[in-house]
Amino acid sequence: MIEVQDLTKYYGATLAVNRISFHVARGEIVGFLGPNGAGKTTTLKILAGFLSPTTGTARINGYDCFTESLKTRRSLGYLPETVPLYPDLTVTQFLQFAARAKGVDGRRAKTEIDRAIADCGLKEVRQVLIGSLSKGYRQRVGLAQALLNRPPLLILDEPTIGLDPSQIVEIRQLIKELAGEHTVILSTHILPEVSQLCQRVIIINRGQIVASDTPDNLSRQLGGGSRISLLVKGPPAEILAGLRTLAGVREAAAVGENRYLVHTQNGDDLRPQLARLVVERGWELLELKSQEFTLEEVFLNLVTEEEA
Amino acid sequence: MSGVLAVIRKELTIYFSTAIFYITGFFFLVLGGYFFYSNLVYYSLLSFQGGQNPQLAALLNPHQMIFRPLFGTLAIVFIMMVPLLTMRLLAEEKRSGTAELLFTYPLTDWAVILGKFFSALLVYALLLLFTLSYALLFASLAKLDWGPILSSYLGLLLLGGACLSLGLFASSLTENQIIAAVIAFALLLLIWLIGWQAELDTSGLSGFFAALSMLEHFENFIKGVVDTRDLIYFLSFILFFLFLTKRQLESRHWRA
Repeated sequence: MIEVQDLTKYYGATLAVNRISFHVARGEIVGFLGPNGAGKTTTLKILAGFLSPTTGTARINGYDCFTESLKTRRSLGYLPETVPLYPDLTVTQFLQFAARAKGVDGRRAKTEIDRAIADCGLKEVRQVLIGSLSKGYRQRVGLAQALLNRPPLLILDEPTIGLDPSQIVEIRQLIKELAGEHTVILSTHILPEVSQLCQRVIIINRGQIVASDTPDNLSRQLGGGSRISLLVKGPPAEILAGLRTLAGVREAAAVGENRYLVHTQNGDDLRPQLARLVVERGWELLELKSQEFTLEEVFLNLVTEEEA
Repeated sequence: MSGVLAVIRKELTIYFSTAIFYITGFFFLVLGGYFFYSNLVYYSLLSFQGGQNPQLAALLNPHQMIFRPLFGTLAIVFIMMVPLLTMRLLAEEKRSGTAELLFTYPLTDWAVILGKFFSALLVYALLLLFTLSYALLFASLAKLDWGPILSSYLGLLLLGGACLSLGLFASSLTENQIIAAVIAFALLLLIWLIGWQAELDTSGLSGFFAALSMLEHFENFIKGVVDTRDLIYFLSFILFFLFLTKRQLESRHWRA
């Protein structure tokens, strides 16, 4: 559905996006992750046809996002990061304009607008001027215009910012429902959102892709083995020494009162051996669990490695 | 085409839901009404004198004495008013970021430009329609020759189109509405008055300046003359500035 090849964008002399390439298949939900200024928004703007790339190409359904942008724009719904809206129009007037601009007219426009209003929870404000809406409502109006006519491709730049927790859950649910038939690219700062929603994560830093995989794979691979947390009662020095001598342990550390963290080599699961060791030495085992690396840690790892 | 209509409807909704249209419209009609009234009073005064003076009576013509100066003055008021109607059109889209929505909808640049141009022209035509009441009022009291009135309105419509296309172009240059209005106003005044140069010029370019001047071409219409040269002047003026606007919009791709 989306093919991006060696995409580069300069703003004057500033390099915003540096030769990035990626593919997105139909029906995928892909998360764009990266610190501020990493080039996420620029990439999305190029895909939406608002900016032109300096070099490289971005294609949607085989059409170039710049030279054939009218064709690519027909198949996408775009929510810009800043959620620009017309303050002098009411929600319904604005959605009517958006529907007409997308070539939806007449009765179909009405059903589409009603559906977008229902999906985004805008029923009670449909006749209110956009200028007097709260941030959360404005965000939802932005989403509603992107969802109008259910485009095959949705490009959402930070779709859940400014929403309250229950709305966030609703919107995430909505995005999940769209998957399958619709392709969704979303950028976000919120890492749990990515692990919940996205089948694939593309991490960008300083204009370059530093990782692209499923959230689970990223946590596993980049964690470099797994961690096991133990809660053991006994003499701390002895316990630490004992843990360190066990085969397969890369590193062991005390992280709190009676709590120890064991890093294993090659991602082996050492829980049985650890349990045996503790029992054999006569210490008291209170808790034993394996810990996966969270996406936060992976992300920080990748981004700080780059900078180091 | 449906894209043009979509933009026209949106722009008209914004025009009629914001104060700028009502305020400019109100003061335009106040000024227009005052000019009509003073011209009419002066004409009726001369008509009384004409009763005693048959030579003067032969010169009295309501179009030449009321409507021609009225439309001439209204044109100046329009030139001051047009920047206020056009300054928002593209500058505000850029400032508020809605340009990002507008240009990622499947609308061509021309659909956006024409939609905005025609919405402004419709608003302008609506104001012109109100001024038709002066002619109707006069016709209810005395005999009025409608021919030159209609040619004047054609001239006013073309003049408005030319000013609006220039205003739209000025609005595409900046994100700031005030700057857009100042640019439009200065350029309009310059083009309006460049004909003065024709009278002072000794370098042999006086014909060129006269041909460039909006005032010269507009004068013919309010005299009651519809000349193809004037038609072509205004239509090419409009197309030229719409084309410049299109070029200016395209520059967003290579300027970051």
